[in-house]
Amino acid sequence: MTTPTPKSKTIALLCVISLSLSPFALAGEMKDADSSKQNKIEIKDFAFNPQTLTVKSGEKITWINRDEEPHTVVSVEKQFKKSTALDTDQEFTITAGAPGTYTYFCSVHPKMTGTIVVVKS
Amino acid sequence: MSDYISHDHEHDGIDRRGFLQCMAWAGTGLLWTVSGGVLASKTLAQIAKAADALPSATDLSFLQISDSHIGFSKEANKDVTETFKIALDRINAMPTPPSFLIHTGDITQLSKPEEFDTFDQVLKSCKTKDVFYVPGEHDVLNDGGKLYRDRYLKSVEAKGSGWYSFNKNGVHFIGLVNVLDLQAGGLGQLGDEQLEWLEADVKDLGTSTPIVVFAHIPLWTVYPQWGWGTSDSERALGYLKRFGSVTVLNGHIHQVLQKVEGNITFHTAMSTAFPQPAPGTAPSPGPMTVPAEKLRSMLGLASVQYKQGKAALAVVDSNLS
Repeated sequence: MTTPTPKSKTIALLCVISLSLSPFALAGEMKDADSSKQNKIEIKDFAFNPQTLTVKSGEKITWINRDEEPHTVVSVEKQFKKSTALDTDQEFTITAGAPGTYTYFCSVHPKMTGTIVVVKS
Repeated sequence: MSDYISHDHEHDGIDRRGFLQCMAWAGTGLLWTVSGGVLASKTLAQIAKAADALPSATDLSFLQISDSHIGFSKEANKDVTETFKIALDRINAMPTPPSFLIHTGDITQLSKPEEFDTFDQVLKSCKTKDVFYVPGEHDVLNDGGKLYRDRYLKSVEAKGSGWYSFNKNGVHFIGLVNVLDLQAGGLGQLGDEQLEWLEADVKDLGTSTPIVVFAHIPLWTVYPQWGWGTSDSERALGYLKRFGSVTVLNGHIHQVLQKVEGNITFHTAMSTAFPQPAPGTAPSPGPMTVPAEKLRSMLGLASVQYKQGKAALAVVDSNLS
């Protein structure tokens, strides 16, 4: 890769390839779930934080979007009502139902996924 | 500017100049010229400043505009309607008007009727009246794209969620939808129904027919960590491999990137609203705020020209500065 490479097109491509190989903080990294008692999930930098949240059945869960991009909260198995597109600082709240594990994602940026674990109250 | 890597301190195939050149490609509207099957693109500024450099004797020239995000008003660009207007002014000032425009999606920021209204109102100032659309994910946020389809597919025979094809001057154009029914953890998606339609759509075309495919999310894997790719694009491209000239035009990533793979040329256009970071250079792909005086150099459009008998279309990117 150190030999001269002709054409700017190739250089542009190399930019993409080598950047994609470099270590980089992936969206949706697990965060410490100490704040779970507040049952708040912050959407920031195209990630749900915390990515996994454990709540008791009957408690409320609120997502708030801190990005300049709209995001949604959609249950993978359609187990709870989906949000509309949340603009910056908009919130979406649901009440945790039956105990179980609920996965969800952003239907606009499907790489963004999260999990709610509901335990008995 | 040299096309060679002169300093490669990290042994990664990139030097500072090459990277900046790559970066400089980012964020413009593009004028695409189909000249003998090769696309060339120019930023809007280049069009204004170097209009003479555009190929003159072409059989077909059209323009790609993308990611206008009407309704966005954050730090990265507080007046996206104004920069969209400037892009249209540049198109109106072109010495050879494009035959038509292609808008590769994200017309609006939040799919709101009033945002579509503003876009339509501003677009009236464009002298080029024919516009072909594909939706971005921002255009189909809450209704699966119904409002978008009602407004922007009147002049085409759209199928399914809004895909279609048409012919101009011997070139076969295919508009694809890859922003609907996205799966958790996945990328952009075309889906079986659309892929089957595509296979049938091109089945009877001669291999010398130039093909132009346009869709919002890149149909090549630019940076999957940010969702910049389409999960089933390989299957689509498989149906197109036998053709001598295939040009794929995308938006979504708000910067110019190009790749050539066999007879297929991939090109992404700048936005008219705000730039986004180069792949992996920021914590997220969100809007990138640049110094005010730099913004317009990172917005733009692409011109495409085609000349019969030549192999590829020429794509020329130009920015708004």
